[in-house]
Amino acid sequence: MSTLTRQTLSHLDWLEAEAIHILREVAGQCANPVLLFSGGKDSICLLRLAEKAFRPGRFPFPLMHIDTGHNYPEVVAFRDQRAAELGERLIVRSLEDSIARGTIVLKSPLESRNKHQSVTLLEAIEEFGFDACIGGARRDEEKARAKERIMSFRDEFGQWDPKNQRPELWNLFNARTHKGENIRAFPISNWTELDVWQYIERENLELPSIYFAHTRPVVRKNGLLQPVTELTPARPGDVVEEVRVRFRTVGDISCTAPVESDADSVAKILLETATTTITERGATRMDDQTSEASMEQRKKEGYF
Amino acid sequence: MSAPENLPGIDNGLLRFLTCGSVDDGKSTLIGRLLFDTKTILADTLSAIERSSQRRGLTAVDLSLLTDGLQAEREQGITIDVAYRYFSTGTRKYIIADAPGHEQYTRNMVTAASTANLAIILVDARKGVQTQTRRHSYLAHLVGIPHLVVAVNKMDLVDYDQASFERIRADYLAFAAQLGIPDVRFIPMSALNGDMVVERGARLAWYTGPTLLEILESAPAAHTERPENFRFPVQYVCRPQESANPALHDFRGFMGRVESGEIAVGDAVTVLPSGRTSTVREIRVGDASLPCAIHEQSVTLLLTDEIDVSRGDMIVKTSEQPQATKQVEATLCWLSETPLSTARTYLLRHTTREVKAKVAAIEYRLDVNTLAHGPAAALEMNDIARVALKLAQPVFADRYAENRATGAFILIDESTNNTVGAGMIR
Repeated sequence: MSTLTRQTLSHLDWLEAEAIHILREVAGQCANPVLLFSGGKDSICLLRLAEKAFRPGRFPFPLMHIDTGHNYPEVVAFRDQRAAELGERLIVRSLEDSIARGTIVLKSPLESRNKHQSVTLLEAIEEFGFDACIGGARRDEEKARAKERIMSFRDEFGQWDPKNQRPELWNLFNARTHKGENIRAFPISNWTELDVWQYIERENLELPSIYFAHTRPVVRKNGLLQPVTELTPARPGDVVEEVRVRFRTVGDISCTAPVESDADSVAKILLETATTTITERGATRMDDQTSEASMEQRKKEGYF
Repeated sequence: MSAPENLPGIDNGLLRFLTCGSVDDGKSTLIGRLLFDTKTILADTLSAIERSSQRRGLTAVDLSLLTDGLQAEREQGITIDVAYRYFSTGTRKYIIADAPGHEQYTRNMVTAASTANLAIILVDARKGVQTQTRRHSYLAHLVGIPHLVVAVNKMDLVDYDQASFERIRADYLAFAAQLGIPDVRFIPMSALNGDMVVERGARLAWYTGPTLLEILESAPAAHTERPENFRFPVQYVCRPQESANPALHDFRGFMGRVESGEIAVGDAVTVLPSGRTSTVREIRVGDASLPCAIHEQSVTLLLTDEIDVSRGDMIVKTSEQPQATKQVEATLCWLSETPLSTARTYLLRHTTREVKAKVAAIEYRLDVNTLAHGPAAALEMNDIARVALKLAQPVFADRYAENRATGAFILIDESTNNTVGAGMIR
């Protein structure tokens, strides 16, 4: 006899179950997937989800980081440490190599390297023959993402065609590709920033230290805090202040800004996230402010 | 999310719902209002919308600009694709699937409806029940959404007149009865002014029913309203043989998501298509063991017997077996610009199983506006038809009306790998 179960999963359990399901669909449908791991909080969640999906087995994919060479050293160290703890293979492909090959041409040496990641990513996809890249993008981050599929098809030039996406119905995901094409799979599409922090708290996940409040020299510019680093030195006339800050997102140094914060624990960050008044990308991304469509444009060019 | 009380405390799970309406029904304004009044819209998003509103010469902030994601949509001022939005009330998390209203976007509406458990159908209080209201209601019903809410919007433009609302309700109920839609609720509202969305407002005192948010907060979650059979399509098999750990030498974990029903350690199960039987020895998530698992949970099942199981197989309770069938009667929605050809072979995806399929007959095509049946030799994009399919291998199916997970399938065109059809088994 079938039975009536009134019990339902909590929202975090539901999101976790959906993400595990998506990861297993990638493993079941794709011949040669890879998980993009940057050391950032979203991809840290992906690793825990992959453990829940595949342990006691090994992950059916390696991890890969597209290294701009402009990452905070704490994050790079964390990346290597986490991969080693998991005993999974980590591939690092560097923008420096693409620059040396001449496939990335910088307008100026200190230019943001964020958008150039697409070139190195596409080169790595070709080098290893990956047919799927699992990423930690979320639909609440940005409005072009809000319309992207969970299994998002890219043609052989890595391009996303937002007007011609595969319909995605029920939980019947279609990750099929021909040679040279690939799928970008986003298991935490339906998570918000708050969900991510709640999951980090519940699962007790370790994070790079720069996610927590620390004191750092910054310059206030256009309403953002610009960290003063070797790559982003203070210019004449800049007022450098020592400010208590944390990063809400850890991308390329040249385009990721911290926010003022005293939150030195996940619990405090959760409270701040629930009471914040500015979106994650708005507070922290210098590259998304250029135009309303800049993420959509980057994605059409092969971005994550 | 700008109040600490929005940190989920009592967790009432997650509800997925659909909003449908046409360009002028105020759908985007309603979504904007829900996000705004639940404090989900953050300051920078709001200021971006303010800038866009000014650029377009609008005097007030146009909340509908929130939902236009793509460049082409902003250029044309219309919504082309399904957008997903999120908000949380502190007790429940919501995923909104926002479907465009135009007729040519039937496929988007079906896509958005496929995962929703509730649909909000917007009606303009000045215009009443329109052709598209019927179309949206029919599609929501067809795709198996159990709860419909008719939001009679723009009450501010009819002076909050109760008689207008009652007239629309009577019209709608007459038509809902024809379709056999069981659960419909009606709310008068003004999304523009925020009346009866999250706040009650002062202008609809004659209405004593719940606000829209109260309906959402108390709507039953999927899978909780009637008994379901246990269905576990196998996604992946874990055999970590190379491990140095001898305890893992014989580990055979069958990984998947409980699509419906529940399973407990000790239950007798049958594996399809082999028909081999066994007993559940262990249920795991990662390294943790669970006594049982319920619908929508992703787990790993270990059985007491060594049985050959692979992706595409289905584990069911021995007492609750589905039909194995190579002939399927279905309602099919065609999604592709390339018309359906009865001469071609497609790939049919049902749960985790893929089989070759041909459409043996198009019994009739349905006019989604009049619900009339007509003959058809081929199907164009956005057509909905009753078809008969022949499959190369059996699938283990339930009727869609009884089980949305095991009653649904998609058709894939192998030349492009595009998803070209969405089917619901009769």
